[in-house]
Amino acid sequence: MIDATTAFPPARGSSGERLATAAVWSSALLVVGVSVWMLGGLFWQGAGRINWAFLTTEPANAGRSGGIAPMLASTVLVLGVALAVSVPLGLGAAVLLAEFTDSGSVFGRLVRRSLDVLAGVPSVVFALFGNALFCQYLGLGYSILAGGLTLACMVLPVLIRATEEGFRAVPEDYRRAAAALGMSRTGTLWHVLLPAAAPGLAVGLVLGIGRVLGETAALLFTSGYVDRMPESLLDSGRTLSVHIYDLSMNVTGGDANACATAVVLVVLLLVVNAAAGWIARHWMRGKRISE
Amino acid sequence: MSAGSYFEVSDMSLHYGAKCAFESVVMSVPRGEVTALIGPSGCGKTSFLNCLNRLIDLAPGARVTGSVRAGGLDLYAPTTDLLALRRRIGMLFQKPNPFPLSIRRNLELPLREHGIRDKRRLEETVEHALRDVGLWEEVKDRLDRPALQLSGGQKQRLCLARALVLEPEALLMDEPCSALDPLASAVVEDLIKRLRGRYTLLVVTHHLAQARRLADHVGLFWMLEGRGKLIEWGPAGQIFEAPREALTAEYVRGRQG
Ligand SMILES: Nc1ncnc2c1ncn2[C@@H]1O[C@H](COP(=O)(O)OP(=O)(O)OP(=O)(O)O)[C@@H](O)[C@H]1O
Ligand SMILES: [Mg+2]
Repeated sequence: MIDATTAFPPARGSSGERLATAAVWSSALLVVGVSVWMLGGLFWQGAGRINWAFLTTEPANAGRSGGIAPMLASTVLVLGVALAVSVPLGLGAAVLLAEFTDSGSVFGRLVRRSLDVLAGVPSVVFALFGNALFCQYLGLGYSILAGGLTLACMVLPVLIRATEEGFRAVPEDYRRAAAALGMSRTGTLWHVLLPAAAPGLAVGLVLGIGRVLGETAALLFTSGYVDRMPESLLDSGRTLSVHIYDLSMNVTGGDANACATAVVLVVLLLVVNAAAGWIARHWMRGKRISE
Repeated sequence: MSAGSYFEVSDMSLHYGAKCAFESVVMSVPRGEVTALIGPSGCGKTSFLNCLNRLIDLAPGARVTGSVRAGGLDLYAPTTDLLALRRRIGMLFQKPNPFPLSIRRNLELPLREHGIRDKRRLEETVEHALRDVGLWEEVKDRLDRPALQLSGGQKQRLCLARALVLEPEALLMDEPCSALDPLASAVVEDLIKRLRGRYTLLVVTHHLAQARRLADHVGLFWMLEGRGKLIEWGPAGQIFEAPREALTAEYVRGRQG
């Protein structure tokens, strides 16, 4: 019988190897440590103030006391507008780029390069653009609609590129198999490629949602910071991130509520991402398994 | 066997850009019989097969000249309906390539694409096709599980079933057994034998013994001066026992071993 320990001696190896192992482990620990410290501190300070009333009442005394109901509503609305606009557009553009243009063509390269540049443009620039186009030129004023549209512009590049990568990751075999079965291009796209590319779309969504929920600058210029409950998409509204910014920069004594709001924001982010993943999976299961 | 030929290839050549893949192929493929294509690697067998259902249209820079008729229809006429054409001429690839969907959906998808929506009819056709390839007993309890969980041999049989649900007239098979172990490969080979008569079958194989066992007709491709050529084609008896070309004799004998 072969003794496993002698057949595969443990990699005791050189001191260089041990050093590398130590370096890898310590950097991993550092990353985890910083995250735990940050989130832990946040929850430690903020979680205690969160209760049902905090989530369902209007703020009082410039936000030092009271709740965050209007901000929660505005955040969800802005996110809804941004996704409702950017997801269909992003999907369409990604399909065009991945399936209908040659990857080496001038057009394809130009569009891809522009998107990569756009993805790196600071949000203040989008803020100025959104303000000029949506608030002033289109006359939407400071409104949730204007804010959502601005954020849609902001997340589109990331969404398009991630989804395009998803489509490109689908093996050529599937396209050939579908073509050999006499399937139409749209049929192939909808029934074969889309389910297979869904993971890419999900990555794009998670990145986009994170960017929307965390945005302040672009919204200060477009949806404003009125802290009343919005009555329509044309009302101004203050999102959670803007609220946190305002409480910690402009309101003395607002730190405690800022922390509590931040906790709500983090939890919301996790919940929305989980929901997006769940929807993508179920939608895929619907497409893949049954029907 | 029924008389007449299904594919009529006359003076067909294929270029990838400036590079010639094969040249001046003349061949007729008898209806309802098994025709094997043999020959060394890189001489254009796969490319030739792709020309017969116009899958070659997907390859950038590919240019076909000459003419092919399939069941009397000119494949490369500008009026040819590509989707209908590929429905009539099915294909099985070297590497099994079921869609990353459920087993059932793999079979239903092509049917739905061609306008068949009736639930009962779908179910019956799926079961029939799976029985045809001897897969029904193995998968009837897990039709809704992912097809990618099947074994290699099962996947290839599923792909065959997927081609069969469309009731094609001809099937093009590109080394359908080469990615399978000997047992699974024997199963697929038996299937091909059972399909003889019902479909016109064109099978590329690297396995001379397999060509001997399966084929009614054989064509030998060879590389001459950097271009693929169809050296000789005819009844299996002629190719294996009394070849006309010296090259054929050499190839057939050399591999007899
Ligand atoms: N899409 C393509 N673009 C350019 N050249 C190609 C393409 N496909 C095949 N070729 C070339 O055409 C020639 C014939 O290839 P093909 O795959 O048809 O050979 P084959 O006989 O099937 O070989 P094998 O037995 O190894 O499968 C090869 O030289 C190959 O490099
Ligand atoms: Mg080949």
